[in-house]
Amino acid sequence: MDTLIQQGINAISLGAIYSLFALGYAMVFSILGVLNLAHSAIFMLGAFFGLIAIDQWSLPLWLAFPIAMLGAGLVSVGLELVAFRPLRRRNAARISQLISSIGAAILIVNITQLIFRQIYNSTEAYLPRDLIPSDPIVIESLGLRVQPVRMLIVVIALVLMVLLQYLVNRVRIGQHMRAVAFNQRIAALFGINVSRIFIFTFFLAGVLGGAAGMFYGVVFLNVTPFIGEDVALIGLTAIVLGGMGSIPGAVLGGFLVAGLQIFSIVIGGSSFRNAVVFLLLFIILLIRPQGLLGQPESTRA
Amino acid sequence: MTHQLDIQDLHVSYGSIRALRGVTFHIDEGQTVSLIGANGAGKSTTLNAVSGLLKPVGGRIRFRGQDITGWRADRVSALGLVQVPEGRQIIATMTVHENLIIGAHLQRTANTETLLDQIYGRFPRLSERHNQRAGLLSGGEQQMLAVGRALMMQPDLLMLDEPSMGLSPMLVNEVFDLLRDIKGQGISILVVEQNARKALQIADYAYVLERGVIAREGSAAQLREDPHILAAYLG
Repeated sequence: MDTLIQQGINAISLGAIYSLFALGYAMVFSILGVLNLAHSAIFMLGAFFGLIAIDQWSLPLWLAFPIAMLGAGLVSVGLELVAFRPLRRRNAARISQLISSIGAAILIVNITQLIFRQIYNSTEAYLPRDLIPSDPIVIESLGLRVQPVRMLIVVIALVLMVLLQYLVNRVRIGQHMRAVAFNQRIAALFGINVSRIFIFTFFLAGVLGGAAGMFYGVVFLNVTPFIGEDVALIGLTAIVLGGMGSIPGAVLGGFLVAGLQIFSIVIGGSSFRNAVVFLLLFIILLIRPQGLLGQPESTRA
Repeated sequence: MTHQLDIQDLHVSYGSIRALRGVTFHIDEGQTVSLIGANGAGKSTTLNAVSGLLKPVGGRIRFRGQDITGWRADRVSALGLVQVPEGRQIIATMTVHENLIIGAHLQRTANTETLLDQIYGRFPRLSERHNQRAGLLSGGEQQMLAVGRALMMQPDLLMLDEPSMGLSPMLVNEVFDLLRDIKGQGISILVVEQNARKALQIADYAYVLERGVIAREGSAAQLREDPHILAAYLG
């Protein structure tokens, strides 16, 4: 029972990271109708910028965090300008834009690899062990040991999600995002500068993805140019599970996937964790093809 | 004298298909002009080129003397040249209220509340349903919302693409009554219609588009008597 609660807490902090990451996929998909497969590279860059800020520039964690988010957000905007917009302008098929984003992901990972070799003479780096207070908070009555950093991650992630929900529903630029997501042509006739909304969406997606990446690095204290690959499929599973393009769906999907992974580790060992996740995905798609919180295709338009 | 909207030799292509092949017409301040023609004649293409949804390959579009050829749609609408798109395209996932205010926020004068009161006064059914999702409205109500949304942007020239499409005869009359009201406020109107009878009742002047060129033009009264128009469009 104790380990169950203990693992539940771990699942929540991992779920917070997955959810933040999946939100970036969902936002860009709802606006463009295209998956941005370079989002996993943005996740990795969040961790990488955090590493550089802490390890190379000796900045404190609270300062490294916004730097990582901002850096990832700006690179994400670069993706829109270089990998998506030129293709869209030429009316390229969605599949071309998808391939373009894969190319961008490979490029970003390779460049980061080169920088890693330059700085660390390896493709792996460790954050200092004393970066985060490692003494767990012990709750004797429940027999729980909780790392404070994991609590902090959950809190920050939830705050970011609430802010995003507020932005999309209550703030003017969020309403413009919803209008563009519904139909770009109508939004333009409303007087909305659609290009600016695209840039803003990529920026937000990058900021959230970067935050997720930095958290991932801080939890495992280990950063490589390939950590994006760990989460790329998980993030996609989360948004399909939750409902493509749905913001609450991405959050729900992220937490569900994390929960399943952790519990399948507890029950059967870590080698099964992804198999269990995809089994659930398969079952849910059979019962509810639009995902848990998605709307059926026919009622969308 | 400068026309409010002056279209010169407009060419628009979809790939190798030449949809408009030199369309020239104009609208004066306060005038109601109708473009009539069959399916595929280029009526909607003309509107979309003016509002900036399509980029012309040739010709000039001037609004109050200013060359706006090839401008982005959001910049065109900011000039007071507002289009109600075909098929009453409202944002189904947003509430009626959100649909109305979203455009108004971007306009030069920001007396949103006064405007909103006017719209709700004019369309009591929208007022009753202001918190409902726009997708749940009936076809007629959606058309009213689409027009109301355009009025929130305080247009100087309102362009409507097939406002009667898919509506029952009673609702069609209601829509044209509304256009008459708008005309009475001194707003210029460019209305594209397949329902030529209705369009010629409200218009001051009309142009007939056939396969991407203006085939005929004249005052609405003249065209109503024109034997060719009678045969082809008024059946």
